[in-house]
Amino acid sequence: MRTTDTATDTASASKDATGTADGADGSAEESRLTREAESQLSTAPGEDKLNVPSMSVLGWARWFWRQLTSMRVALILLFLLSLAAIPGSVIPQSNVDSVKVEEFQQKHDVLAPVYDKLQLFDVYTSVWFSAIYILLFISLAGCIVPRTWQFVGQMRARPPRAPRRLDRMPVYTTWRTDAAPDEVLGSAVKLLRKRRFRVHRDGEAVASEKGYLREAGNLVFHIALIVLLLAFAAGQLWKSEGGKLIIQGDGFSNTLTQYDDFKSGSLFSADDLDSFGFSLDGFHATYDESGPEKGTARTFRADVSYWQGADGKEKKGSIRVNHPLEVGESKVFLNGNGYAPVVSVKDGKGRTAYRGPVAFLPQDGNLTSSGVVKVTDYQNAQGRRDQLGFQGFFVPTFGGSGSGSMFSRSPALQYPVLFLTAYHGDLGLDYGAAQSVYQLDTERMKQFKAEGGKPLAKKILPGESMKLPDGGGSLKFEGVRKWAQFQVVHQIGNGWALGGALTAIAGLAGSLFIQRRRLWVRAVPGPDGTTVVEMAGLGRSESARLPDELGDLALILHAGAPSARAESDPETESDPETESRPEAEGEPVTENGQPAPAAPRPTTEPSPDDGAEASPRGERQ
Amino acid sequence: MNIAAATNENLAEISNYLIYSAMAVYTLAFVAYIAEWVFGSRSKVARTAAALSGRSSEAEANGATGAAPLKVRAGGATSVLERPEVVVRSSAGRRGDLPDGPGAAAGDEQGDLYGRIAVSLTILAFLLHAGGVLTRSLSVQRAPWGNMYEFSTAFSMVAVAGYLGFLVAKKNVRWIGLPLVTTVLLDLGLAVTVLYTESEQLVPALHSYWLWIHVSLAIVCGALFYLGFVATILYLFRDRYETKLLDGGAPGSFATSVLERLPSSASLDKFAYRINAAVFPFWTFTIVAGAIWAGDAWGRYWGWDPKEVWSFITWVAYACYLHARATAGWKGRKAAYLALLAFACFLFNYYGVNIIFNGKHSYAGVG
Ligand code: HEM
Repeated sequence: MRTTDTATDTASASKDATGTADGADGSAEESRLTREAESQLSTAPGEDKLNVPSMSVLGWARWFWRQLTSMRVALILLFLLSLAAIPGSVIPQSNVDSVKVEEFQQKHDVLAPVYDKLQLFDVYTSVWFSAIYILLFISLAGCIVPRTWQFVGQMRARPPRAPRRLDRMPVYTTWRTDAAPDEVLGSAVKLLRKRRFRVHRDGEAVASEKGYLREAGNLVFHIALIVLLLAFAAGQLWKSEGGKLIIQGDGFSNTLTQYDDFKSGSLFSADDLDSFGFSLDGFHATYDESGPEKGTARTFRADVSYWQGADGKEKKGSIRVNHPLEVGESKVFLNGNGYAPVVSVKDGKGRTAYRGPVAFLPQDGNLTSSGVVKVTDYQNAQGRRDQLGFQGFFVPTFGGSGSGSMFSRSPALQYPVLFLTAYHGDLGLDYGAAQSVYQLDTERMKQFKAEGGKPLAKKILPGESMKLPDGGGSLKFEGVRKWAQFQVVHQIGNGWALGGALTAIAGLAGSLFIQRRRLWVRAVPGPDGTTVVEMAGLGRSESARLPDELGDLALILHAGAPSARAESDPETESDPETESRPEAEGEPVTENGQPAPAAPRPTTEPSPDDGAEASPRGERQ
Repeated sequence: MNIAAATNENLAEISNYLIYSAMAVYTLAFVAYIAEWVFGSRSKVARTAAALSGRSSEAEANGATGAAPLKVRAGGATSVLERPEVVVRSSAGRRGDLPDGPGAAAGDEQGDLYGRIAVSLTILAFLLHAGGVLTRSLSVQRAPWGNMYEFSTAFSMVAVAGYLGFLVAKKNVRWIGLPLVTTVLLDLGLAVTVLYTESEQLVPALHSYWLWIHVSLAIVCGALFYLGFVATILYLFRDRYETKLLDGGAPGSFATSVLERLPSSASLDKFAYRINAAVFPFWTFTIVAGAIWAGDAWGRYWGWDPKEVWSFITWVAYACYLHARATAGWKGRKAAYLALLAFACFLFNYYGVNIIFNGKHSYAGVG
């Protein structure tokens, strides 16, 4: 009724219950029967003490394995796993946000190398984190295999026979009836079968057991965890993930060289990339037009045409936030969006040196964006070869130029303005490290000067131009296109991971909500010629449902085999305990094997509580 | 469009009034619960001590002890005596035989009256509270848990719903009332001051039916875990008290007066275990649902974002607790400490992670 729900408790409960019978009647047959009844209702491994093993290598190995697969070590490993996960949430992680890691490294020049050594920037792939979960899963596998065999064995075996002293079981009831023992047992078998118990009749008693799903659920749960982990690991090892910014009208085909940035797991190879491609036909965003959150994005949608395979036909599709496009095993996510002003640059000779959209990167929620235009093929008025670089801001809805720089009032395209300054000289494209297309390296460049000697800077609207001094040509703001940022993810094992997770939940539900229990019914002729019926139940945990269930079944059986004669006076009712078990004696034993001092023995003046413990009559009002 | 916006702002305002009214009524309920405890302290029942001293004379413990044989319930008209009675014996030794306390009112008539008043006020406050959450939801035309203010109000609403649900199911849980209402008041106070955010729409990443599934489950799990948490704390106090008595000590009179009226440590422990065990699969599903959603929204189902890390830590901590109970030497107090730790992880995942860390989940809009 009131104990912790554990296997060991139950084991002690049944020891408590049956050990006494052993003491009273030491026959070998009897002790075998009781051991059977208390045979564990769970397959949890027993608790080994930390005994020092024998000195052989094999002994040590066995000891180590025993420890590793024990419940205690599983608990410690689980605890360590949660502790070990903590630093990863506090310290920036390079696989989550590498920019932050760099910032951190720059700020802490003492701490950072130490952290680096300890792999604290890569907690979840670190040696020590991996060690914990690999040990945990070895432990898990080492635990599951024997438990599964044990469980299969239990499924094959008959339900354990009724213990001799049924009244020592946690739940018990008895009555006397005129019906014959055989009749009672027959209907008990039928009833229990109907309730889907596994039933075995053995002479004067019926043994039954139900709720195997608990154990099965627990095993399924732990196995599913292994599946989940393997799927997760495979996903990480073969994963590839790349980002690509596409301007409206442009396309992309899924090869390594086309990505702006690309990350992959350690076992990934370029052949793993799905063969597909798509082009961005249009991009639609809607924004709140009024209210306190004017300008907040409501929806984003990228309309694409995509193809798949060597000669795949083109299909239309759309990608929204939360709704990626699935092509083959890859998924294409919509990650961001912005504007790309279309500009054309004429050089000193009047030749078009550059023409096209240039993606500007958003700096705030209203899509104030910054960007650069690089022109490599340029001649000045004198015909000298040179390079140009324009740098500046773009705003979709001009909101004035506050503290020096422009800002946008809304992300929607209502009043687009481009603000640029211009440089000429060496863009530095030929030197070593690859250069970002969104940044201008002005080290070897000179800024154009306006008439007064001030740096040249101009605010232009669509259709307007910015003239370079000395007939150096011009830049025309022709229009605006949208761009969208996509992330292409290829990850295997997703289905397995999901399946594992859902199976784990189902197993868990079985293991936590289903109660495994045994019920016994015994019917023997009593000395007064009536039949003494006894019913008892033993659960893996002492659940309130077990007494209800036993009571329910007892009522049904009782209806078919009603109490003998009208014993209107309970005081005169003969005590079935002494009748059915004249040898009943002995101390109940508590958990630690001590005789319980408040022994629920029938006393001359039974108190309500003690009576509840010892006597099945329950003399309470 | 504008009319709709105005209605929405009206609704948001009504929601705020309802929440404030709920807080006022919760405060009254709080006072009533206090009165229940105070009046209850007049009655001097020391049934635990009595049970331990071996005197089995407390006929007044009628029905309050778990060791009572359960009468088989049936609708039949035949006499009770003709039916077999089911005897339940506890296996937990002496400790398992300790009776539950009589509850805060301890049989004191006036105390009980105040207890009933407190429960009625809690119901009223809950209705106002639920109304507040509902109108908030209507005003934003979405699930009412898009930011920490909404999450907090929904969280305490569900906790109270859980408590009232247990009461309706005729479970012996009135002892939770006082600590619950206290924390609900704290939670709502925090919500309307620090966490308050104007009713607003969600960023597109939150537009998904997974918002309903994932977040509502997280709220329900958290609220129920909270009830388990309260029971666990009380278990620790009550357990210490019982141990002291068992060792022949004499606990202070205040401790005696309060703890005597609580359920026995075994009952509290069991209550906490049942809740935690029952919620654990749902918490697991909450995380899985979150992972599925993340897979759709961000291109990876698991990315060790701080929120994800702490959900994982919370999950493992509760798994630890469940394991501990099956491991000899860990059940009882040690397992209870693990349960407290696990709930602390849950709380940290909610408040700490939203406020301290800056991950993908930082939509919380803390003002
Ligand atoms: C990934 C790590 C693990 C997790 C998350 C986990 C989780 C759980 C959970 C939630 C339960 C509760 C079910 C219940 O109370 O019936 C449980 C039970 C159990 N686990 Fe694990 N477990 C893990 C690893 C292990 C390992 C390594 C072992 C083997 C030593 C193990 C053995 C058991 C056993 C025997 C039970 C049943 C206990 C009982 O019968 O009450 N588990 N586990």
